[in-house]
Amino acid sequence: MANYKLKVNNKNFEVDVDSDTPLLWVLRDNLGLIGTKYSCGISQCGACTVHLNDEAVRSCGLPVSSIGDAKITTIEGLSDNGDHPVQEAWKEVDVAQCGYCQAGQIMTAAAMLKKNPSPSEEEVIDGMNANLCRCGTYHRIKEAVLLASAKIK
Amino acid sequence: MNKGLKSNRRDFLKIAATTGGGLLIGFNWSACDSPKMKVISDQEIYDRAVNFNSFLSISPSNHVVIFSPNPELGQNIKTSFPMIVAEELDVDWANVRVQQAFLDTEKYDRQVTGGSGAMPHSWQRLRQAGATARQMLMEAAAKRLNVPITELKTDKGNVIHGSKKLNYGELANEAAALTVPEEVKLKEVKDFKIIGTAVKNVENDAMFTGQPLYGLDVYRDGMLHAMIQRAPFGMKLKSVDADEAKKVNGVKDVVTFKDNVAVVGTGTWPLMKARKLLKIAYEPIDKALESTAFHNSKFDEMLNSGAAEVKRKDGDVNAAFKNAARIIKSEYQCPFLSHSPMEPMNFFANVKEDSVELIGPTQTPDRARNAAAEICGIAPEKVSVELTRLGGGFGRRLRADFVEEAVELSKMLKAPVKLTWTREDDITGGAYRPAVKYRFEAALNSKDELVGYKLTGVGMNSGNSTRENNFPAGAIENLEIKSMAFDSPITTNAWRAPITNFLAFAEQSFLDEVAEAMGKDPVAFRLELLDKAKANPVGEIHYDIDRMRGVINTAVEKSGWGKKQGVSQGFSVYFSHRSYVAQVAEARIVDGKAILDKIYAITDCGIVINPTGADQQVRGGMLDGMGHAMFANLTFTDGIADQKNFDTYRLIRMKEIPEIETHFIDNGIDPTGLGEPALPPTGGAVANAIYKASGQRLRNQPFSNEEGMKNLNLGNPA
Repeated sequence: MANYKLKVNNKNFEVDVDSDTPLLWVLRDNLGLIGTKYSCGISQCGACTVHLNDEAVRSCGLPVSSIGDAKITTIEGLSDNGDHPVQEAWKEVDVAQCGYCQAGQIMTAAAMLKKNPSPSEEEVIDGMNANLCRCGTYHRIKEAVLLASAKIK
Repeated sequence: MNKGLKSNRRDFLKIAATTGGGLLIGFNWSACDSPKMKVISDQEIYDRAVNFNSFLSISPSNHVVIFSPNPELGQNIKTSFPMIVAEELDVDWANVRVQQAFLDTEKYDRQVTGGSGAMPHSWQRLRQAGATARQMLMEAAAKRLNVPITELKTDKGNVIHGSKKLNYGELANEAAALTVPEEVKLKEVKDFKIIGTAVKNVENDAMFTGQPLYGLDVYRDGMLHAMIQRAPFGMKLKSVDADEAKKVNGVKDVVTFKDNVAVVGTGTWPLMKARKLLKIAYEPIDKALESTAFHNSKFDEMLNSGAAEVKRKDGDVNAAFKNAARIIKSEYQCPFLSHSPMEPMNFFANVKEDSVELIGPTQTPDRARNAAAEICGIAPEKVSVELTRLGGGFGRRLRADFVEEAVELSKMLKAPVKLTWTREDDITGGAYRPAVKYRFEAALNSKDELVGYKLTGVGMNSGNSTRENNFPAGAIENLEIKSMAFDSPITTNAWRAPITNFLAFAEQSFLDEVAEAMGKDPVAFRLELLDKAKANPVGEIHYDIDRMRGVINTAVEKSGWGKKQGVSQGFSVYFSHRSYVAQVAEARIVDGKAILDKIYAITDCGIVINPTGADQQVRGGMLDGMGHAMFANLTFTDGIADQKNFDTYRLIRMKEIPEIETHFIDNGIDPTGLGEPALPPTGGAVANAIYKASGQRLRNQPFSNEEGMKNLNLGNPA
C-alpha cells in the first residue's frame, strides 16, 4: 500500500492503495465517483473512459502509480451543471438506451472535439469506434457528436 | 446510493409563488416585476404528494408523481409507461416526475422485463390508472364549484369550467378521498397529446452526468465486496488453496459454497488480484467434458436419428416428399452466445435477522425475492427488492443465479455484500443462447409448386428449438415441424428473442432458397403463400395475414424493391412477440469484401407510444441481430468457453453499422412490444442480400467464419 495524491475534477484527494490499483477502482471504490463504469477491464470497450490532462484514457488499465500530478476529469466533472455541449447534444438526440456505456462515450467525444472541434463524419466514426455500445445506439452517438461539434463552433 | 431517490441541484425547479400562497386567478405576471421565486425540490414533491393509485400521486404544487413498476434496461419503459398514465390524466408532461417502484406484488401484477410483454400487458391498466384519477379530480371540482360534472373539461393538469380553472394540485386532497369510480371513459386515439410525441428519456440528466443509477453503483456502509470463481461446466470443486490470495491487501476472507470459491474484501481490485492467486482443483462430475467439436457431431447424430418430437403436422408429408419432383434441403447452425450486457452481473444483498434487503439489476424482481426467501427460510414478504436501472439485460437478468450468490454470501458472512461478476465471469459463466442446428426440406411437384415442408431443430438444452406455428405454417398443405434437445451441462437461458433470434434467420434464408429454386421473386413468393393461407388455410394460423402483408407491401414501396441498380437487396419478414417487421437489406461486393449499405425496417407494433424510443428499439434490435449473426462466436474446450472477453468475443462496432431507415405502420391498434421483434428478421435480410451480391449462401453463424467471408467488412465502404 502507498499513498497517492490525485487531482480529480479540480479537487485534491489522497488515497492509500496498492500501486497497481487501476484508476477506475480508485475512482469508484475510494473516491465515490461511480459515473466512470466498469465493463471489460482490459481496455476493449471504453466504458471507463476519463480524461488525463484532457486526453481520453481507459481508466481500467491505468495504474494509480503512473498518474503522477496529471489532471483527471471524470464525467462528474466534465461540466458544472451537466451542460457541456456534448452532454447537451446527448440529451437533445436522446442517445441512450440502457445508458451504461454513455459516460465513456461522452468522455471520448468531448476529448476528441477538444482536439478537433469540426470532425468529418469519418473522423467521428474513427474516433468513436473503440467505444462499445451493446444496445446499438451508434447512429445516435454519431449524430450527437456532430451536433455537439455544431454547438461548439 | 440513498434509498429511493435523492434530490440534487438539477432536480430543483423554480416555480413562481405568490406571497399569500394559493393561486390568484387572472393575475397578470407580465405587468409586474419578476416575482419572488420559490424553489421546490423533487424530494418535497414526493413527500407531499397525495396517492391516488398504484401508479400515481399528485402533489399540492401540481406536480404528478408517476411510479414505473417494470425494470428499465434500455427498452425505455420508465419513460413510455408514465407517458400513458400522464396522457389519460391529462397533465403537462413538464410537471411529471417519475419514480421507479420497488417490487410490490400487491400493487403490480407483472413487474417483469421479458418477452416484449410489458406494453401489451399494461397498456389498458396504465390508461385506466390515469383516467380514474382524472375522473376523481373532476368530481372534486364539480363539488367545489357546485356545477354538474358534464360541464367540466380538463387540460394540462387543470379542471376547467368556463373561465374558471382549478389545478389538480389544489384538488388532490379532496379528490383522493372520493370513492374510486369503477368505470371511466378513456381518450380517443385521435385526442392523444403525449402518446406519439418524442418525449425524452426521463433519466437523461442522471445518465449523462454520472449519477448513481445502476446496480454496480450501490455502495453502503459496512458493505463487503465479493467475487466468485465458479466451476467449469461439468466439473465440481475438489480443493482450494487460498493462502496466497488471502495475503492480498484488502482481502478479508476466502469462503466456499456449493462449487464456488468466493473472495471477499473491502474493494474490487484486491478481489481481482486475489482470484488470480487461488489454487483450485476441480474434478469432472459424471459426463465427459464437452467441446464444440463434440456438439457439432451430436447435432448431426440427433438430426439423423429421426427421434425428434413432432410439434405440428399438417397433411401427409411423407407422400408429398415421396411424390416430389424436386427436394431442396438445407442445414443452418448457430453457436452459443453470451448476453454480455455492458454492466456485468451484480447484486447487493443484506441478510438480517428476519429480513433481507436486495438492491440491484434484475429483469425478474419477484424471482429474486423468492430465491432470497427460500435461501434464508423466511417469508417472501420479509424480502425487499429495490430496482436499479439495468445496464442492459438481453434476457441474462431473467435468472436469479447472481442474486442467490449474493444472498448466500451475505447470510454466510453476516454482512451486507455486493457481488460483482467480472466480464470474464459474465462471458464464461453460462446461461447462454443455446447452440442450435436446423434441417429444412422443401418438396416441389412437377409444376414447381411448393407441396411439402419439413423442419427439424436440435438445440442445446433448448426445449422447443422451433416455433411450429410460424409462417409459412398455414400456407402449405403438407408440413411437419419437429424439435429435440440435447442435455448439456453448459447452461442456457432465454436470450433476446429466444429461439427466433436464430430461427428467423434460418427460416427466412431457406424461403429465399426455395423461391430461387422455383424461379420466383422472394417477396412475390411470400405474398403468394400469404394469399394461399388466406384463401385456403391449412390447420391453425397464428399470425395476422393482413398485418404481415401490410409490412411487406410497405417495405417494397419504401425500399424500391427490385427497382434499384448497382445494389443487391435481400428480404425478410417476421412475426414475433406480437409485432410484425419486414426488412430489406442492401449489399455490395467491393474488392472481394461484403459491404452492407443500408437496411429498411418496417414495423407494425400498433400505436407507437414514443417515436424516438421506438425508432431506437428497432435500430438497436437490428444491430444486435446483425452484429451477433456476423461476428459473435462462443466455442468450448473441455467445458470452458474459449472466448473470455471483448478482445476475442466480437461485438459490432460503429464502423460496421449500415444506414438504417425505419418506418411504422399507423393503424391505431393497441400497442405491442418492441424490445425484441426487430431483431429476428435482420440476419435473414442481411444474408439474403449478401447472397444476391456474392452468390454465396450463408448458412452458419457467425458469417465471418464462413468460407470466403473472412473479409466481411460491413458498414462504411473504405
